[in-house]
Amino acid sequence: MLSSDLKPEQFRTYPPQGRQLAIAHIALLKQLPPSFVALLLREVIAYDWKFPAEQKDVTQQLAYLDALSNEQRQEAMAGFAQIRLSPEFEGLDWVNAPTKFSERLTAHLWSSHQIDGFRAAALDYGHRVDASRTPNTPPIPRLGIVVIGQGVASSTYSLFRKLRKQGVYFKAVKPDSGLQILLDAVAARATAHPIPFGHWYIDGAAQEPGSSPGLTSVSYHALEPARAAILKKMEKVIKSGTGGPEALHDQMADLRPEEIGLDGTGDEAVLNHFQSSLLAEGSGTQIFNTSFVQWAAREALRRAQPVTLLARFTPRQRQRPMGELITSPQQSPELDPEGSLIDADMGAYLTWINQQRLSGAEQSSFLVWWEDHPEAVAIAPTLPHGAVSTSPIDLHQVLAQIT
Amino acid sequence: MVTFGGGARDEETFMPEGQENIPHLLTELLPQASFFTQVVNRGILGHYVATASLATGVYERFNNFADVRPENPTVFEYFRKDLKRQARDAWVVAPSNGFNRIGESSNRSYGQGLGAGVILPKRLLTAALDSGGRTSYEHLLRDNYETPLYTPELSGSEFELQQLDEIVKLSVSDFVTHARNLASPDELSVYVARQLMRQFAPSLLWITLHGIDVAHSGTFSLYIEGIQRSDRLCAEIWKAIQTDPEYAGKTTMFILPDFGRDSDTDASGNGFQHHRTGDALSRTTWMLVMGPGVRQNVVVDRPVESVDLVPTLGSLLGFSTRLSQGKPLPEVV
Repeated sequence: MLSSDLKPEQFRTYPPQGRQLAIAHIALLKQLPPSFVALLLREVIAYDWKFPAEQKDVTQQLAYLDALSNEQRQEAMAGFAQIRLSPEFEGLDWVNAPTKFSERLTAHLWSSHQIDGFRAAALDYGHRVDASRTPNTPPIPRLGIVVIGQGVASSTYSLFRKLRKQGVYFKAVKPDSGLQILLDAVAARATAHPIPFGHWYIDGAAQEPGSSPGLTSVSYHALEPARAAILKKMEKVIKSGTGGPEALHDQMADLRPEEIGLDGTGDEAVLNHFQSSLLAEGSGTQIFNTSFVQWAAREALRRAQPVTLLARFTPRQRQRPMGELITSPQQSPELDPEGSLIDADMGAYLTWINQQRLSGAEQSSFLVWWEDHPEAVAIAPTLPHGAVSTSPIDLHQVLAQIT
Repeated sequence: MVTFGGGARDEETFMPEGQENIPHLLTELLPQASFFTQVVNRGILGHYVATASLATGVYERFNNFADVRPENPTVFEYFRKDLKRQARDAWVVAPSNGFNRIGESSNRSYGQGLGAGVILPKRLLTAALDSGGRTSYEHLLRDNYETPLYTPELSGSEFELQQLDEIVKLSVSDFVTHARNLASPDELSVYVARQLMRQFAPSLLWITLHGIDVAHSGTFSLYIEGIQRSDRLCAEIWKAIQTDPEYAGKTTMFILPDFGRDSDTDASGNGFQHHRTGDALSRTTWMLVMGPGVRQNVVVDRPVESVDLVPTLGSLLGFSTRLSQGKPLPEVV
């Protein structure tokens, strides 16, 4: 089907807000190249479950495209228009299954050696949309906090190796009540600056008590039934022996929260769709809590664009060596605190990078602390780069220096 | 030929911050090798299709997860047909996820009967364990880290048991006993490769390591462990070559990752975890070449392509790689 053949009734299966948005912009959608319009509809069909920041992004994209003259739009879409699609794409229902279409498109772009051209077109489009936006300054400077290394008494691993040069390496932090100090700090920000999905707390174990109602909380422990359900679904697809990894991807892309025991409607709908996507789309998030925390933080920053984020890594299960898998296949895995510390150290770095991608990056602050230990790195516009502090300091004081 | 798979970034290997992970490559092998710092893979960044492209010298275009043969002749077919070599002179030892077809292509002028024997050690192991009830050991085959729970379909264990007995020349119990003492399937691959060297002394042996690809699970420490293990195994392979009279002093070894992984700063990726963006870091990797006639302790900084490997092997061993897209590397031949 061609974009120009789009009709309003084709959006009848869309959730209400998404349907309204699609119909309101149907004249525009009809003018866009197929390889692009399906990707845009992937956002529109999920509009009702998106965070406010994402909804704003979608409406801004549509507004930008609407405001262009035909000539300007053709220029902005030139890279996408050059993508050659094979005849099989004509039979795909890209209106009602845009995610499946985009999966197929990705495979096609690689196999037809058009991935680099598509990538260039996407980057160019992103720059154009960004240039059209009015600067979106966050109401308060962003603060990211990552807590790593729970359960590790000592380590020879050179921690914070990638982050030290960005700020101050504190080597004499008083660890007493450290986690509580950080939790209180993010709760206070959530109370003082109530923003829907603006303040997040992600925990690799169970959520710590005393969380503020203004905080959006996600924990690996709370999602245990959902993880079990999704693993069961995966096993079922695999054992069916049909389709291999692609069939599995398709099923996961279509997964609804209700299918893994999460409420997909009501007040929790947006968060539960998000949590469901973490497990369905994240690699390793169903098995390793360190991967879960890193991916959840990444997706929360990318999608919700919060002003506050606290992510706490806890020990993941140990990867069992092959010999042990042979000797005792059914044995439950133990924890691997040392390996988890290294995972989390990289996770902290990636979280900082993801925070820096958001607006107001030059004013943002970041803190990574080795739980119950005297080591931390703080990054803020007020702090020097590559400095080391050996003076005793508590986390209240560190936070005061960066916020 | 050893592929340092699947997918390792420069910053965790030969860049200064990664050198702690590859002490054997750096201090034992590099001084004996010509080192290519920029090997660019312009093809599809999936492990089977990319390894097949390395083996054909053509950027293959098939679905990475499909159970298909490469479309273009493999280096094994060129080697065997042109030099009239027996089947037992070319072998591939590979992880089990879909690599079973890599030994020979669907090309009509080559193809069936002219390729390499393919041994999938984990399948051997699972078949050997079958007598104790295979259901308990299916997890051993789960090595498709891009879809962590995916297990390739098995088609009976008779062939694997036959391979174990006739080719690897090991009893089931000896094989299982040895496997019990190994940490990873890559070690099992090297063990099987050494058995092949002892039994047949093949002239062309291709070993594909794969443990690094655990990075897809998002666990950086396991990815690093995979690199450290591959580093050690490469040194062990070279040592085995140097201590075996059939190979010592007359063997060239190539070591290269099939490709890199995504950079930390590309917004469409998630750092080391995947190789999906097609950015420069995911497409660019390195290669070590060592052996008689290869200049030692030499660094080649000019960009070369991964499809240059097959024509280079052809020039070295004296066979034509007529359908390959690459060019022989003058620094080696």
